[in-house]
Amino acid sequence: MEFGLSQEQGLLQDSIARFVKDQVSLETVRAVAADPNLDQSVWTGLSELGLAGLIIPETHGGVGLGLLDAVVVAETLGYHITPGPFLSTAIMAPTLLMAANKTDRLADIAAGRCRVGIALSEAIGARLDAGISVSGDRLNGKALFALDAMADAYLVNGPNQSLYWVDSKDSGLTRTLLTTIDKTRTICELKLDQAEAVLIADAPEVLQTGLDAGRMAQAADSLGAAQCMLDQAVVYAGQREQFNRVIASFQAVKHMCAEMASQLEPCRALVWYGGHALSEGNDNARLTVCHANAHLSEVAQFVARTSTEVHGGMGFTDLVGLHYWFKRIGANRQLLGSPELVREEAARIQMLVA
Amino acid sequence: MDLSYGPEYNAFRAEVQAFVAANIDQQPKPGDGPRSQAVQAWQAKLIANGYHSRTIPRDYGGYGADPDIIKPRIIAEEFSAAQMNTGFSGQGISMLTPVLLELGTETQKQQFIRKTIHGELIWCQGYSEPGAGSDLASLTTKAELDGDEWVINGQKIWTSTAHISDWIFCLVRTEPEAPKHQGISFLLFDMNTPGIEVRPLVDMTGAANFNEVFFTDVRVPKDQIVGQRGQGWQVANAILGHERGSLAPPDAAMARINGVIRLMQQETISGERAIDNPIFRDRLMKLQGRVMAMQYNDMRLLSARINKNQDTKLAGMVVKLIGTELRHEIECLGIDVLGEIGLSYEDNPYLRGNGSWQYQYMYFLGLIIGGGTSQIQKNIISERGLGMPKEPKLAAPGV
Repeated sequence: MEFGLSQEQGLLQDSIARFVKDQVSLETVRAVAADPNLDQSVWTGLSELGLAGLIIPETHGGVGLGLLDAVVVAETLGYHITPGPFLSTAIMAPTLLMAANKTDRLADIAAGRCRVGIALSEAIGARLDAGISVSGDRLNGKALFALDAMADAYLVNGPNQSLYWVDSKDSGLTRTLLTTIDKTRTICELKLDQAEAVLIADAPEVLQTGLDAGRMAQAADSLGAAQCMLDQAVVYAGQREQFNRVIASFQAVKHMCAEMASQLEPCRALVWYGGHALSEGNDNARLTVCHANAHLSEVAQFVARTSTEVHGGMGFTDLVGLHYWFKRIGANRQLLGSPELVREEAARIQMLVA
Repeated sequence: MDLSYGPEYNAFRAEVQAFVAANIDQQPKPGDGPRSQAVQAWQAKLIANGYHSRTIPRDYGGYGADPDIIKPRIIAEEFSAAQMNTGFSGQGISMLTPVLLELGTETQKQQFIRKTIHGELIWCQGYSEPGAGSDLASLTTKAELDGDEWVINGQKIWTSTAHISDWIFCLVRTEPEAPKHQGISFLLFDMNTPGIEVRPLVDMTGAANFNEVFFTDVRVPKDQIVGQRGQGWQVANAILGHERGSLAPPDAAMARINGVIRLMQQETISGERAIDNPIFRDRLMKLQGRVMAMQYNDMRLLSARINKNQDTKLAGMVVKLIGTELRHEIECLGIDVLGEIGLSYEDNPYLRGNGSWQYQYMYFLGLIIGGGTSQIQKNIISERGLGMPKEPKLAAPGV
């Protein structure tokens, strides 16, 4: 019995961490925030490390790892708020395509030649009058808050939880960048006017499988981002002096840090188990994913706020850059379902909803 | 990640299941007291089969098995699933016995361990004092050597089970001139010794879960000390750490969550089941997710005891803090879904769950405070877990 990461997973984590620390510093994040097109160079670097094909089978040019490995990587990228389309292109798109047994595009994705955006917002919980209709092999309508404004193609949900592939170059597709608080990932609106579409799946289970993997990776991303905010708070409190002592020696400040740590540390086991349960297809996998996702939304939000407070006025400024983590955590909370919606799904899975 | 216990343990589990099936009808009844024949016989049977005092050597009355981390867990899982009586617990078994095994003299081991694990000797713990709570090391109950006897004077408080205990293990100040952590000794003595008065301390639940214990010229033989003079603090600390995590086991919290689910499916509000109220349901799901995190945290801790290379220092430190707060909130939800009925207590005919929702809600507030308050836990987490500095000491008064 061993509950924890394997040596290989530890090495994977270390190598990704080393790369993003060197190549994707806070300066790079700031540059991408100013010009979203710059995220392609980050993604190219990560793709060369194998991240684009992380969970794609070796027969399709990928690395062939599982979702627990993906969770480990997502946590690392979250820790360093690495910009780019990891969640959409490397996790959700391959999971959706593999679940639908549509494998012909996997090789391009694995090679880093094809970024795939994800437009599932209307299936998760439509807020506005968006929606897609189908006529023959054409799609019409609007999809909001699609992940990745620079993707080469999109997986778009159609009526009855169906799933379509639309090429970004299609003349029927108009794409508009939607500005959000989080500048480390891009979001867009898709307008479809007789856009040519390929049916990927018409079984709701496919969409669900992709969503589960996405929510799990997202929880791991929040875990990493929150851990980094906690670490920064402890370091800052150990340096900042007031009343002739470091503020880390004040019980009020120590207790804020202890509360962050005590809420965050058990999340690590929950996230690891969620990734493991998805990989193994355990019976409780979906329930664990929902709880991991919703719980991390809450805990990470608490850490984001508290760490900012420990930093005092500096935490509120752009100088320290802490707000990039705050906003990444804020975006994770809403994308793929807000915690209330995800918890309601947890209740539904247990047949507690009439 | 490998969560299987392996074939050896599957065989062991089958063995435990067979024992449970064969004996479930012979366990003591809820009304049988700790001194009853039924309870004592049950305890002897559990020990003889290795389901209690498993690793305690046979010479001292235990089962004498080799240490193993998984097997006790399997026993706990199977007994819990069948709601089988797990035998005696209490501070003599969980706290004193490990100390005697490690630090007691051969005579002490022979004299106390067998009787303690068989439930023939019930112990209480004399640590806290009115003036020494979170700052336990400032305790002032003193023991002075007079010939071959210690003479003890002072007062203890929060002493669970003192009113039914045969003996006490007690921290007393023996070297008043030494620094506070180095002047304490760990004594054992009979609660029937002249000069001991036990007064029950009624708490907010209405029960007397604790006592005050007063010592006036209590004379105790000199050799009833564990460890050396002045080393009592080290002796006590070795077992306090053991107590903390066990105050709030996550599996018990999940069992309680399942109890709230059943309650919400049965109770109605204006004709609608409580589970169909989306606000109550969301609170339930929130708590379930938090308990789930603590369950996997617990598995991680178990695994780290087997695989020594895993660093789980912080994961272990947070269990008491988070676990007790969580239980308090779970019990609170049980009360809230009942509304006015949730106020029922003691002999109220509308009582649900034997009054346990209100009782546990209050009891766990007691545990948030007891066993090292939440604030002390946060000091420990920030200092030993996160490496933050201690609060600077104030200059002593008059200096």
